[in-house]
Amino acid sequence: MRDLYPGYDVLAKRHTPSWNEQTREVIDRRLTIARSDHRFFTEEEWATLCAICERIVPQRAEKQGFVPVAALVDNKLHTDDREGYRDAHLPKMQEAWRRGIAALNDEAQARCGAPFHELAGAEQDELLSAAACGELKCAGWKGMPSDAFFHRRVLSDVVSAYYSHPTAWNEIGWGGPASPRGYVRMDFNRRDAWEAAEAYPGHEEQARQENLRAGR
Amino acid sequence: MRDGEARENRRPSDDPMRRPRAIHGRAPDVFRLGAWVPMRQFGEDEEVDFAIVGTGAGGGTLACKLAEAGFSVVAFDAGPYWRPLEDFASDETAQSKLYWTDERIVDGENPLQLGSNNSGKSVGGSTVHFAMVSLRFRPEWFKSRTLLGYGADWPLDWREMWTYYEEVEQALKIAGPITYPWGPKRPRYPYRAHELNAAAKVLARGAEALGISWTETPLATISAPRGASPPCVYRGFCTLGCSTNAKQSVLITWLPRALHAGAEIRDLAMVGQIETNGADRVTGVHYHRDCEWHFQRAKNVVVAGYAIETPRLLLMSATSRFPDGLANSSGLVGKNLMVQGNQAVWGIMDDEIRSYKGPPSLAITEHWNYEDKGKDFHGGYAYMSQGPLPVLWARTLAGSRGLWGEALLNEMQRYNHSVGLKVVSEYMPQERNRVTLTDEKDQYGLPIPRVTYSWCDNDKRMNRHALAFMRRALEAAGAREIWDQEDDTCHLNGTARMGFDPRTSVVDGDCRSWDIPNLWICDGSVFPTVGGVNPSLTIQAIACRTADRIKALAARGDLEVRSKDRQLV
Repeated sequence: MRDLYPGYDVLAKRHTPSWNEQTREVIDRRLTIARSDHRFFTEEEWATLCAICERIVPQRAEKQGFVPVAALVDNKLHTDDREGYRDAHLPKMQEAWRRGIAALNDEAQARCGAPFHELAGAEQDELLSAAACGELKCAGWKGMPSDAFFHRRVLSDVVSAYYSHPTAWNEIGWGGPASPRGYVRMDFNRRDAWEAAEAYPGHEEQARQENLRAGR
Repeated sequence: MRDGEARENRRPSDDPMRRPRAIHGRAPDVFRLGAWVPMRQFGEDEEVDFAIVGTGAGGGTLACKLAEAGFSVVAFDAGPYWRPLEDFASDETAQSKLYWTDERIVDGENPLQLGSNNSGKSVGGSTVHFAMVSLRFRPEWFKSRTLLGYGADWPLDWREMWTYYEEVEQALKIAGPITYPWGPKRPRYPYRAHELNAAAKVLARGAEALGISWTETPLATISAPRGASPPCVYRGFCTLGCSTNAKQSVLITWLPRALHAGAEIRDLAMVGQIETNGADRVTGVHYHRDCEWHFQRAKNVVVAGYAIETPRLLLMSATSRFPDGLANSSGLVGKNLMVQGNQAVWGIMDDEIRSYKGPPSLAITEHWNYEDKGKDFHGGYAYMSQGPLPVLWARTLAGSRGLWGEALLNEMQRYNHSVGLKVVSEYMPQERNRVTLTDEKDQYGLPIPRVTYSWCDNDKRMNRHALAFMRRALEAAGAREIWDQEDDTCHLNGTARMGFDPRTSVVDGDCRSWDIPNLWICDGSVFPTVGGVNPSLTIQAIACRTADRIKALAARGDLEVRSKDRQLV
């Protein structure tokens, strides 16, 4: 991942006409969730979840900002915030996560003799890929298909949590909240002053200067 | 997550998700912060002319039209009564509060994804988060069995529907093109078409390169001021609720009119059962509000809960005299569920597209709805430009392309250069696609529904045709690295089809059930076929027509709306 939108910070627009009060309220609430916050998962489950999140949406130490993605997933499960449908092969969301995490640990122990979070990244990826293909079938799954768990729960919940965070919005150069101001310039290669400027090779500094103005 | 805590910290007296707002003789003024409009209220013992279950495109429109005709109306909705200006954030996650997220089990060969893309839980129904695409059916679709050789004929005449479409387009001040490229002549749209964004211009380029027509999509968001609604400012959050009131949803169009005409709207009111008497007439509805069950007496009940909740309620209301559920002598309640295809092709452009700006579907081609040659399938499809926001886009890349890890993060960095075309396509009615009840109970103690869906061979052939054609169009427009999103569907229709014969349909052309003359169904459930366009305009047009039919039936004494008639039963 590159620093494609240098200097762009969607939070700098917090007091511009792109953010209304109710938007500030929900984003502020999300930003109070800290990296280690968890109320749903036990300590053991939490270690596994953090390891899973690190494989699904890896975050390098040197990058700007951090998305507390595991804590956001935990919050979703704690509030039991569901999507409106459930694959007939899966138990309810909370049960699916508990069972899936326990089963992944069982598989890790059986294959590598250690819990999931202690495996090397490549081993973790191998296990997750096997889950994605429905190849994991130890007793711990209790009949839950590992592919349904991986696609419907792991990918869906982790990815949604990551891209609900302003740090992730900065990485992809999204305009972010836009009420009430909205946008004016809609054509190809057109950008309002409050949108992110992409750093084209050789023009990184120009993009940075423009991005610093996005919140004015 | 939906930021449940944020809501908990608001003033409890004004949390629209926990406490009803439409009480004490007033309802929220949807155009002003913290303001109210007067609302007539009816006693539960008062036998109202119509109890309407659901306030979306079907129920909300009908509530307005019946109240304006002088009938007494109470309309129930399980969802909250929002004031968009104060309740809607610019945020994908928080705004999932607009969706119907109660548990539903999905199965079949192609299990549906429900909630965000097809189910609303709000006063105003799914129109609070719909994409505003407001299209007329192709006339032949109303007689698709006779004229096109598939599906079932509708007991409606397209020329009559043409006048109701015009009524709805005027009521919503649809913004659209001066001339529409397909089908019989239609009036000019009331408001000018919206400016195209880059994603829409990609659709136009592709269509022109392949020699087919395209146009600006007729949309229910205004392009110039209208009353208390300002013109659209191109926020791009349309499918997450419009926080400026530019969107002409049922919440801010038909329902203020309904209140003004004397209708009552009960928010956070989940109807769990329709009561019937020994004479096989409905007598009212049992509904859950403020932590307890209530009963509202009514001379007529209209079910307008959309194609899952409508059959669910009819099935849940079974009695010893109607052991298979109400209005179900045909055995068809819950069957013939039809979604529409929502496959897409996506690619990368060197240009910056930034498709998050503006309504998501600003340009459209209905070419394959009107062209019958060159198809190896029945039915048709439209396709439109797209504007997914980041969470939806990431879920699409993860869910449909299986990306995760660095591959996902890198692909997400091409968000501003990504562009796509997406169909709304006509799937066939099949009895095996259906809504049934499970033994599991929801928060109201009601059985949760099971939704079973599988494509037939015709559906699969159409999917292939649409994906292949859109790929050519996107390539011709200059996109590269094109990939197919094969799994998505949208909209919910069928499950209580209208028809000519009580043995093969649930309601007649007036949306009146064959079995119980004072039970009506008025929403997308009544569609015998689904067409290749978004259904909301047709649902609203049917509601307008149903209101006119009810007026006519009442005028000639064929409606049980007066107590003296009831005593005769």
